[in-house]
This record gives sequence, structure tokens and C-alpha cells, in this order.
Amino acid sequence: MQFIRSFKFLILVSLLVLPIIFNQIGMSFYLDLATRLCILAIAAVGLNLILGYGGMISFGHAAYLGLGAYAVGIPAHHWLYGGLDFLATNNGFIHITIAIVISGLFAFLTGLICLKTKGVYFIMITMAFSQMAYYLFVSIEEYGSDDGLVINTRSQIPLINLDDPIQMFLVSFSSLIFFMWLVQLITKSNFGLILSGIKDNEARMVSLGYNVYLHKLIAFVFSGIICGFAGVLLGNFTTFISPEMIDWSRSGELMFMVILGGVATVMGPLFGAIVFVILEEVLSSITIYWHLPFGLLLIAVVLFFRGGLSSLLSK
Amino acid sequence: MADILEIKNLNKQFGGVIATKDLNLSILEGELHAIIGPNGAGKTTLISQIFGQIFPDSGQIFFQDTNVTKVSEYKKSRLGINRTFQITSVMKSLTVSENIQLATDTTRENSFNFFKASNNQYTFFKKIDFCLRQVGLIEAINQPVASLSHGDCRKLEIAMALASDAQLLLLDEPMAGLGPTETKEMIALLKRLKGQQTILLIEHDMDAVFALADQISVLVSGEIIATGKPNTIRRDSEVQSAYLGGI
Repeated sequence: MQFIRSFKFLILVSLLVLPIIFNQIGMSFYLDLATRLCILAIAAVGLNLILGYGGMISFGHAAYLGLGAYAVGIPAHHWLYGGLDFLATNNGFIHITIAIVISGLFAFLTGLICLKTKGVYFIMITMAFSQMAYYLFVSIEEYGSDDGLVINTRSQIPLINLDDPIQMFLVSFSSLIFFMWLVQLITKSNFGLILSGIKDNEARMVSLGYNVYLHKLIAFVFSGIICGFAGVLLGNFTTFISPEMIDWSRSGELMFMVILGGVATVMGPLFGAIVFVILEEVLSSITIYWHLPFGLLLIAVVLFFRGGLSSLLSK
Repeated sequence: MADILEIKNLNKQFGGVIATKDLNLSILEGELHAIIGPNGAGKTTLISQIFGQIFPDSGQIFFQDTNVTKVSEYKKSRLGINRTFQITSVMKSLTVSENIQLATDTTRENSFNFFKASNNQYTFFKKIDFCLRQVGLIEAINQPVASLSHGDCRKLEIAMALASDAQLLLLDEPMAGLGPTETKEMIALLKRLKGQQTILLIEHDMDAVFALADQISVLVSGEIIATGKPNTIRRDSEVQSAYLGGI
């Protein structure tokens, strides 16, 4: 037990320290990699809340990443090039607020419908909604259609300069820690207990008098908002947003991280994101067909390590 | 004593199959009322209608003098009706105490408590302790339900029904699938509960029914053909030919 705790702590500390050291000795590439990793891990933490703890397998969570990133890109675009004055701003707090409202609203409206379904149908309908968002942004020429939108100015937040890679990394890292803590808190609460009861035996929870639909909807919205926030960071990090980020294959990658790392665990999404980002980097430098060994790995994890990489630790 | 549940002229049909036919039933507060009948007589359908999982085609159901005919199941549960299932239905991945905790009103009323730790609320401990002692599962309090035997899961279901503070318990074949020893334990358990709680019991095990029930109703093809005390029912010739096979 002590060993596992110190191992988890060690992972977090190295994630914080190593990239900065690499950056100082001139390998800034690793800092960028770590920033991307943290941002994807936040999205995976958000997805894990419903996929892992709530048993709702959403195949459309990349949409929230995209919505969050466009919530930075579109106001910044108008701030630089005019038009839609009420939206034009480079204020980071407004970007975050827009991202939270839009992704929360999108989750609420699609959740109203998606959560009427279960199992495979739920997977398909969440994917369908995210593809709708994809085609929406493909169709808006002002924001670059499928060429994407370059974000020429990052969100301005007092005392923080996101143009500085180290600060960008530190913001992403601390957000990750915050959301891991928040999701942990939620899952240990009454609401979290009810959510795991619903995952286990929905019919029984209904007969115990719970409004199952409402609980699932709230978790779905929470999860969407967390991914929307990750999108704000992603937009600021890449300074570029395109509909391709919303594509269903991106949602698949998020699911990959959660399942690889271990569903319904605190560290699982982070482990998943670490392995995903590193493997993607290593394998794609070896072969352009890197998805193949990647897929085989996922199959192996599902077959042999039920509960993902986290289960290796708890044994 | 007042009627806690009253059913008037209930009808339910599935296609051409008549599951409930002009059914009238009243249950007094505090009694253990058993419903017996051959397979396919419509016993579970009746419970499902009382609990609101399915709605009757016509007729009325009154619970504590309120018309609850069309009230859906999760609201029924809040009114004070609780049921157990013929096929055991518990949360297998959670622990015994978590299952009980989920069955309490307190958890349900605070279900939008997002940030307060659920295992840190001392209010539950007394209740969990009480319910588990009633059914004799106290040693298993922190065990995952998946590790319990079938009989213990049955007991857990009863404990959950107790934890809900329901005024009316609908028990759908609590002895189903139990061995002889476990059945004896379950009968003893229901005997202890009798009097504390109004119970509507559906059961195949005749020894259990005659040992426990204050009133017995016999359901055949969706109709109640007799209601009475155990001794009356045992002697009723119509019942014997329909169901008991002339013992």
C-alpha cells in the first residue's frame, strides 16, 4: 500500500519536474509533449467520470475538446480581425466561461436525448452528436472550414503568460491535479455512490426511488464541462483549432486512454494518457502504420489486464 | 386497523393473455398477506402493477387512501412502498454496507451532495448496523456483494427493504433458489419482521406461507378465487382443486 502510494506520487513528481529539466537543457520538445499529455489527461479524467464511474460509454467526447478550443479561437479571431463585437475578446476568463457554458449546454441538450438510450445505442448517438459538431465547424467558412482556425493570440490571464511554454505547462499540470482531485471528491460523495449504483444495477436504483436519468444527466454535464476546459488549454497550447480535433477517431483516443489506464480509478486516465502520448511518439517515429501495434496493445490490455494498467498496481 | 393498500377492479391484459382480471384486494396495516397461485397466475404482474413498473389497463390502487394507480415506480418508492425481486437484484460491485446506504431515504434525499464524503456520515452507521443485525448479515458488512452466497444476497435484499423505512414491503418469492437451511433462516427472519411491517408476500413454498401468513389470497388465472386465514384456505375445496392438489 505504502509502495503504491509512493509510486503514484513519484509519477506525479516526475511529470512535473522532468519536462522542466529537459526544457532547461534545451530539449523543449519534451516540455511540449508533457503539456499535451496533461491536457489530454484532463479530458480523459472528465470522460472517466461517466465512462468509468457511471458506465456511460460516450464516443463523442472529442466534441467538448473542440468546443473548448473554439471558445478560445472564435473570440480571439474576432478580437484581431473585427466582426461580432459582443464576442470579440482575448480575456482568458471570458474564454473559460464561454467554454464551460457552451460545453455544459451541449452536454445537457445532447444528454437529454442520448441518455434515453443504453449500450450500443448510447455509443452511436453520442458519436452522431459529436459528428454533428464536426460538420458544423466544417461548414463555417469564416472560421476556416476544414482548414482550421489559427489562434493568433492566446488567452490573457492576469499574472500568467501562456506564451511562455513553462507557464503553459504549469497551468496544464495544476489543472490536471485539480480535476483529478475534484473527480475523486465527487466519486466519494453521495452522488458518486449513487452513480456507481446506477452503473451496477440501474433497474434496482429506480426501484429504490432514485431519479436515475437526472443523476446520469448531471454526471454527463460535469464530464462535458471538464473536457471543455481541457479544450481551452488545448486551443491555447496548439494555437490552432480544426474540425479534425472533433472527429470521432479523437473520441476513440480518449476512450483508449481511459480503458488502457483503468476505468473508475483516479490515476487511470493519467496512466492511459502517459502511455498513449509516449507510444504515439515512439511508434510513429518507427513506422507510419503505428496504429497497428497500438491497437494490438489495447487488445492485450483488455484481454490480460482487466481494469487496465492501474490494476497492475493494486495487485 | 385501516387498510394500507386497497385494490379495486384491477385489469391487465398482454395481447390475448389476461394477467389480471377484476382483481380486488385489501391489505390491513401490520399484517402479512400472502398471495399464492400456480405458475403464470399473474402474481409478479400484480406486484409490478402495485409498484408501478407497469400500469393496469383499468381499475384503481389506493395506498394509504391515496390513489397511486398511475404513479411511477421511483415515486412509489418515495411514498413508502418497497419491493424485492424474484431474481435477486442488488448492486454486486458495491459492498454490503454501500447497498444498505443506497437504500436509505437519507442517501436519496441528499443525492445531490457532490463533495461531502459518503462513507463519513455517522448517521448511517446505526441504521446499517440495525438492518444487518435483523437479517443476520452483520459479519459481512464490509464485504463486496459479489462474494456473498445466493442466500445472503436474498437477506441483503430484505435488509435493503428494511433500510428504506417502507410502510409496505412487497416480497416477490424471497425463498426462490434457497436451500432447506437457508429457507428456514428466511422464514425465521420474516417471522421477526412480521408485525413490525406490513408485508405482501408472494411465495411458492407452501410450508413458509402457512407458517407466516395472517391472510392468504389465492390467485388463479389473474383472479382471486379465495381470501382468508390459513386454516380456511387449507380447507377450501376450490383452492385445493385449483392449486394445492388435494393435500
